[in-house]
Amino acid sequence: MQIQVTVDGQQRVDEVEPRLLLVHYLRERVGKVGTPVGCDTSNCGACTVQVDGQTVKSCSLLAVQADGTEVTTIEGLANGEWHQVQTSFKECHGLQCGYCTPGMIMAAIDLLKENPDPSETQIRDGLEGNLCRCTGYHNIVKSVQHAAAQGGAR
Amino acid sequence: MTATEAAPQARQKSVGQPLRRKEDARLVTGKTNWTDNIVLPGMLHMAVLRSPMAHARIAKVDVSAALERPGVVAAYSGADLGDKNVGALCVWPVTDDMVMPPHLALAVDKVRYVGDAVAVVIAGDRYQAADALEAIEVDYEPLPPVLDMRAALEDGSTAVHDDPGTNKCYTWKFGNGDYEAAKAKADRVFTRHYVNQRLIPMAMEPRSVVAAPTGPDGDVTLWSATQIPHIVRVLMALTTGIPENKIRVIAPDVGGGFGSKLQFYREEILAVQIASMLGRPVKWTETRSENAQVTHHGRDQLQEIELAVTNEGKILGLRVDLLANMGAYLHIITPGTPLLGAFMFNGIYKMDALDFTCTGVFTNTTPTDAYRGAGRPEATFAIERIMDDLAAELEVDPLELRERNWITHEEFPYTSINTLEYDTGNYEAATARAKEMFDYDGLRREQQQRREAKDPVQLGIGVSTFTEMCGLAPSRVLSSLKYVAGGWEHATVRVLPTGAVEVVTGTSPHGQGHVTAWSQIAADALGVDPDAVSVIYGDTATSPYGMDTYGSRSLVVGGMAVVAAAERVVDKARLIAAHMLEADPDDLEFVDGTFGVRGSPGSTKTIQEVAFEAFTAHNLPEGVEPTLQANSTIDPSTFSFPHGTHLCAVEVDTETGMSKIRKYVCVDDIGNVVNPMIVEGQVHGGLAQGIAQALYEEAVYDDAGNLVTGSLVDYLVPAAPDLPFFDTDRTVTPSTTNPLGVKGVGEAGTIASTPAVVNAVVDAVRQFGVQDIRMALTPERVWRAIHESGSTGGERAAEGTVVYGGAATESTAGGAQ
Repeated sequence: MQIQVTVDGQQRVDEVEPRLLLVHYLRERVGKVGTPVGCDTSNCGACTVQVDGQTVKSCSLLAVQADGTEVTTIEGLANGEWHQVQTSFKECHGLQCGYCTPGMIMAAIDLLKENPDPSETQIRDGLEGNLCRCTGYHNIVKSVQHAAAQGGAR
Repeated sequence: MTATEAAPQARQKSVGQPLRRKEDARLVTGKTNWTDNIVLPGMLHMAVLRSPMAHARIAKVDVSAALERPGVVAAYSGADLGDKNVGALCVWPVTDDMVMPPHLALAVDKVRYVGDAVAVVIAGDRYQAADALEAIEVDYEPLPPVLDMRAALEDGSTAVHDDPGTNKCYTWKFGNGDYEAAKAKADRVFTRHYVNQRLIPMAMEPRSVVAAPTGPDGDVTLWSATQIPHIVRVLMALTTGIPENKIRVIAPDVGGGFGSKLQFYREEILAVQIASMLGRPVKWTETRSENAQVTHHGRDQLQEIELAVTNEGKILGLRVDLLANMGAYLHIITPGTPLLGAFMFNGIYKMDALDFTCTGVFTNTTPTDAYRGAGRPEATFAIERIMDDLAAELEVDPLELRERNWITHEEFPYTSINTLEYDTGNYEAATARAKEMFDYDGLRREQQQRREAKDPVQLGIGVSTFTEMCGLAPSRVLSSLKYVAGGWEHATVRVLPTGAVEVVTGTSPHGQGHVTAWSQIAADALGVDPDAVSVIYGDTATSPYGMDTYGSRSLVVGGMAVVAAAERVVDKARLIAAHMLEADPDDLEFVDGTFGVRGSPGSTKTIQEVAFEAFTAHNLPEGVEPTLQANSTIDPSTFSFPHGTHLCAVEVDTETGMSKIRKYVCVDDIGNVVNPMIVEGQVHGGLAQGIAQALYEEAVYDDAGNLVTGSLVDYLVPAAPDLPFFDTDRTVTPSTTNPLGVKGVGEAGTIASTPAVVNAVVDAVRQFGVQDIRMALTPERVWRAIHESGSTGGERAAEGTVVYGGAATESTAGGAQ
């Protein structure tokens, strides 16, 4: 099937198998390898991207379902300068190995968009769909608090 | 080097500063280099057919139909691979009579666990390879699965390995002092049986390998998501017969390991062999369910622990008898992993006798091996659990009982009953600080009030005062334990002609932040800015010597090699600078990157100027070679012994069995620190994994040997709502075993936290006659322990998935710093 997708601002037309997952399309056809795959069951959230501004786990969507949409990955987030959430994750040591980080940052941006001044509990609940094995979430929550304080909802 | 005290404008030391990580710019923008990102011209994809049975004879494997499937280039059974079907290796034969069965890349005679590799398909893309697996025909003749360790050791049990027909892998004994004499002197002998359940490491990045033939003479390059590229290279050469100098192993960005990537895996062998045979690159990336099934597991011990004590609670002797589950095969350090705990069961306590026995047992389960802490969390769990149980029995405060037995700070260095010399420590100081942060007395009062009020939500307080040994390892110690390699580490430091600095390290980071920390160390030694330093690692072509990263060793061994190499660079630079300045080298001082002649203020050369002089080599002193670089290989003389006091308050709802961590305080003493921000992060992550063992995680097999916790749906890796903020602090008692006075931190949180949490839950419900609850402390188990007399909560329903939700935690003060 032919799909037309805008990925990180770049318009594309591609022939894809109907069964191709969006994440595999992004990684293997578009070369957006900044978005990793962490599980087969949509539990870990490492592959989180935005589709038409909505946060989506790209392993749980087929590429053909993204036809006609605009997809933003971690690689398309920085627009000349980093998004505040990216800055805050570095500043607050909100990452270690970095594998969950793209998805965690995308989820955090969505969370702050919905709620620019979240409580600790709201942050933890808002990130429930994204797993991290390195940080114990302590500094991830701190990063989101930091981003919120800096007006990170953007 | 010499330093001028109180130099007016001395640059600030970088070591000790919370420098933001140099790694992060790439990681937060997606400019990453995970192994699975790699695409090479003509690259093929491998998929592995895995056994659906825990134990069966293989009557037939026929891959021919798979070859007809679209895109398939090749397919092989173990027999098809013939002499290329070589075995993975175990490098730790812990006893002379240890049973070390073959562990071929593809099983040929029997399958021995669900997930055992039987055949492979090589195809044009990963979808085609996975599709074609179903066309492979395998006839299995089922055998009874061996799952229970005690049953496995009984006469007449089915054997996982036909030769020698017994499931006992080894029995290893260690002791010091006369335990029977200690027992005879004791007022009481206090025995407990604990279960340290099986865990799945679950690094966020699944394993991935790419093997590519890279030259006309059989050269091969292997990219692998591994913690140990250097060790993989050696083992690949030993197993495949490919000369070591034709093998290059690269560990690109590696997304967490926690021990699970401290391994030499079958898929690495298969990719290299098949890529070499086909002359094309081959990639394999595991799915998460493959990761759960075949990437090695951790823990899994049945522990009998016994203390011979006086009525005052003075420990006279300690006896430990372990059954340790090896799983179906021996991976590289499977048998040795529980033995690393042999030296940790005595913890921080003084005693006259230690008697340790461990029996390794084969079962039809995924092989076990090192998982964060590797033997030390299991040991610390048992000793810290029994200390709280003993305190309850003797009706003394658990911290008071510990104080009666621990090594006091004046007694260091202290040769412990485990025969190792503990370098430094101050258990009193860490405990005092932890009590203060925790409001220990206040929480004890509240606990008493809730008990008296018969509050349905009871409060429990758990203690863990741990030590651990860091810095694997002095090679002579490894030799005495029959480990077949050394524990040294290598570094090269170069000042390039333009003054930029390169540090080459044999450690292999996978999330810790070595690039930042090693830059800080080199920056201080050479008097340059950390940003002027780059760190080269994880590629056997560019960092040819190393023993890699595990066991909290990188800084205490690898970091010291950086220090030593940098000092040698300064020593050489001093000779060249002296020649340039026409001065005696002994008259030079080296401050903030500049050599100056004492008493002659204007006469200076920067290390960058010296580097350029070393490069042009136009005017070097007699006997000094061009280039400004030096190597160092450090073999540590001993371990270092970090320690800490962890206090956990848990609220247990006695009506639902739900446990909520209310407050978690830890005060760790890891000596001096290079980067306190990174240290803090290591502690947080370690705590999360240790708390997860206590409350959430458990690998469960059903009666047929199926792993029922085989995905992130069923295996409860905690999410953000399942964990609290941690209240952390440090005391600083510098190590005396290395020039920076550092200890090691990567595993501390994991080692200490599990017993603190379980002790807290048991403390909350001990009043109902509960002595122990099996981990993971699900609400169901806690409820059963409270409501079913004499229960420890029982087995988890093996056929079920995880039916409980995570225990949401209240936030505490929000963490120190």
